[in-house]
Amino acid sequence: MSDVHAHPALAHHFDSLEEQKEAATLGMWVFLVTEVLFFGGLFATYAIYRTWYPDAFAAASHELDVTLGTINTAVLITSSLTMALAVHAAQLGQRAKIMVFLALTMALGGVFLGIKSVEYYHKFAEHLIPGPGFQFEKEHIRHAQIFFSLYFVMTGLHALHMIIGFGIMLVMLWWTWRGTITAEYYSPIEISGLYWHFVDIVWIFLFPLLYLIGRHAH
Amino acid sequence: MTTALVPARHYLNDGYGIKSWLLTRDHKRIALLYLAGVTFFFFIGGAFAVLIRLELATPVGDLVSDETYNKLFTMHGVMMVFFFLIPAIPSVLGNFLIPIMIGAKDLAFPKLNLASWYIYMLGAAFTTYAIVTGGLDTGWTFYTPFSTVASTSAVIPAALGIFITGFSSILTGLNFIVTIHQMRAPGMTWFRLPLFIWSHYATSLIMVLGTPVLAITILLVAAERLFHFGFFDPAVGGDPVLFQHLFWFYSHPAVYIMILPAMGVISELVAAFCRKPVYGYPFVAFASLAIAVLGFLVWAHHMFVAGISVYAAMIFSILSFLVAIPSAVKVFNWTATMYKGSVSWQTPMLYAIGFIGLFTIGGLTGLFLAAVGLDIHVTDTYFIVAHFHYIMVGGTIMAYLGGLHYWWPKISGRLYNEWLAKFSALVIFIGFNLTFFPQFILGYLGMPRRYHAYPPEFQVLNVLSSAGASILGVGYLLPMAYLMWSLRYGRLASDNPWGAVGLEWNTTSPPPTENFAEPPEVTWEAYDYGSPVVEEHV
Repeated sequence: MSDVHAHPALAHHFDSLEEQKEAATLGMWVFLVTEVLFFGGLFATYAIYRTWYPDAFAAASHELDVTLGTINTAVLITSSLTMALAVHAAQLGQRAKIMVFLALTMALGGVFLGIKSVEYYHKFAEHLIPGPGFQFEKEHIRHAQIFFSLYFVMTGLHALHMIIGFGIMLVMLWWTWRGTITAEYYSPIEISGLYWHFVDIVWIFLFPLLYLIGRHAH
Repeated sequence: MTTALVPARHYLNDGYGIKSWLLTRDHKRIALLYLAGVTFFFFIGGAFAVLIRLELATPVGDLVSDETYNKLFTMHGVMMVFFFLIPAIPSVLGNFLIPIMIGAKDLAFPKLNLASWYIYMLGAAFTTYAIVTGGLDTGWTFYTPFSTVASTSAVIPAALGIFITGFSSILTGLNFIVTIHQMRAPGMTWFRLPLFIWSHYATSLIMVLGTPVLAITILLVAAERLFHFGFFDPAVGGDPVLFQHLFWFYSHPAVYIMILPAMGVISELVAAFCRKPVYGYPFVAFASLAIAVLGFLVWAHHMFVAGISVYAAMIFSILSFLVAIPSAVKVFNWTATMYKGSVSWQTPMLYAIGFIGLFTIGGLTGLFLAAVGLDIHVTDTYFIVAHFHYIMVGGTIMAYLGGLHYWWPKISGRLYNEWLAKFSALVIFIGFNLTFFPQFILGYLGMPRRYHAYPPEFQVLNVLSSAGASILGVGYLLPMAYLMWSLRYGRLASDNPWGAVGLEWNTTSPPPTENFAEPPEVTWEAYDYGSPVVEEHV
């Protein structure tokens, strides 16, 4: 407390901004490990049922729109690029650039979610929601429901993570606008970036697992 | 001890009023918020236990119906496991002590710490809502397909409560990991850390790695129940056994979330009351990590009768036996620490001795259950009920109470009545054994768990158990009463009433808000009793 020149962003229980940044970064990595295990439960479930019911999964996966999925993959990867550029701008303390790139990241995320809702709507219209109203070729009608249950929960949780990401971006925009983020103190942008990249990577696994594998079988 | 003075400024008088508590970021105040929470839910869970033991005092189901009985043991389990045993030691003692023991001003993320408490209370609110609106009858394990298609009780709000509380656990573990990595005082190297810290580090790893798997599993159950999604439903080709795999992948390590912090407490108590360094410090430290790692590899020993293959059962049986090794290392090292130590029999040490004995019985009967053949014989009998109560009640709660007594002077700045405390420790020990030892015999004789009626030949042992439970109940109420009493009327505690080593004893009782008047620098080894540099601090 004796240091009258302490940075305004330095919390009372840290000795230096450097230490505070290390703690924040480690905290986000530990959180991402938690996230890996969270999605890991789903991936394990997917792996088991895919192994048990390969034909039904291939048939069900055929119902997904690969074109929209591919466009979405490109959109999301581009949003990771703009996020990385926002972090770079933050390291240099370029306030206007940070805000532009954060806004672009959010816009691309918005396009992704828009396309995703179109896909969801198609599935709804085609009676591919699991449950009593589910319609599918008779041979696979039971096991295809497991596929679509997994599809909706996995992509739904992924979308939820993106929506949470939007909230984080809004806070970052606000902090940047009011001048909290500077070249000395940019770790909030950096760890938000870590989160956003993680959400991207989850999609990089979801896309082939749900849309691509086994398509050639049909 | 005669010259004890209250420091002018400490964390308890740094701000008054409800707001200074509910918006605090001080880890010590948050620990006390947790203390209030877990104590409340402990007595709620205890009330269900009282009703269970009352029903079982007679062989016929006369007090409650079979359906009500299902709800009683479910709600007892849910409350005790998720809202008391898992948070108790880490969130109360860990929260209070970890920053002080490593010489930090606070946890790495104080706001997140406060948020964890609110998340815990929110989860508890949902589960409490489930209890008052019809209750829950699935057992604390939520086995499918009963929980997804058959049960008519309040599965969704109860599951939601557990889902939410899980995030409190994850964030607490995250906070501890980062704090232990980043916030250690100068000179506080990894191998100078108190073993309490090592065991909380191992616990935090399990919280961070295991809890999210429970979260997703509960979410799948909710999706299946609400939207008829198929994951575990045989009607669409789903497998209920997969639910059990996912559930136990968290819920077996969760047992180590309950017992590892308890082991950390015992290491502190044994060293302090034998006035010796813990024998084989690095072995005890690494045993904590070994338990955390092995704990993730043994979950299917809960499923030997669930239709898993003989081959899988054999592998999980062997792995389960391996957990005994680091557990035994700890027990042997504590006893070796006591050997030729200058043992003083104060209240915390009585609890520590109780823990070592009861944990040994709980652990050894665990080996019975790791052996596939024997496990099949006693599956779903009172043998398993007795076994896990020896670990959770005889182990975790004993250590929790021992730790609470040991650090109470530090937490409150007051001393409790030593005679009353020793008497209560004895009452609890006797009550505990009378409650649960007969259950080993009952289970071995074949009395199944989870029934509200039983054949008359089991009545004598059940009456003993119910009588023990009433003694145990009194034993738990006593500390509650005299610890509260001591807050106002207890004698003032000196900074180091036990003459123990450790940074928490180098600051005032109670500590100031930032824990130390001067940031400490550590120049001595852990538990370095007898060395000149440490004796000077004592």
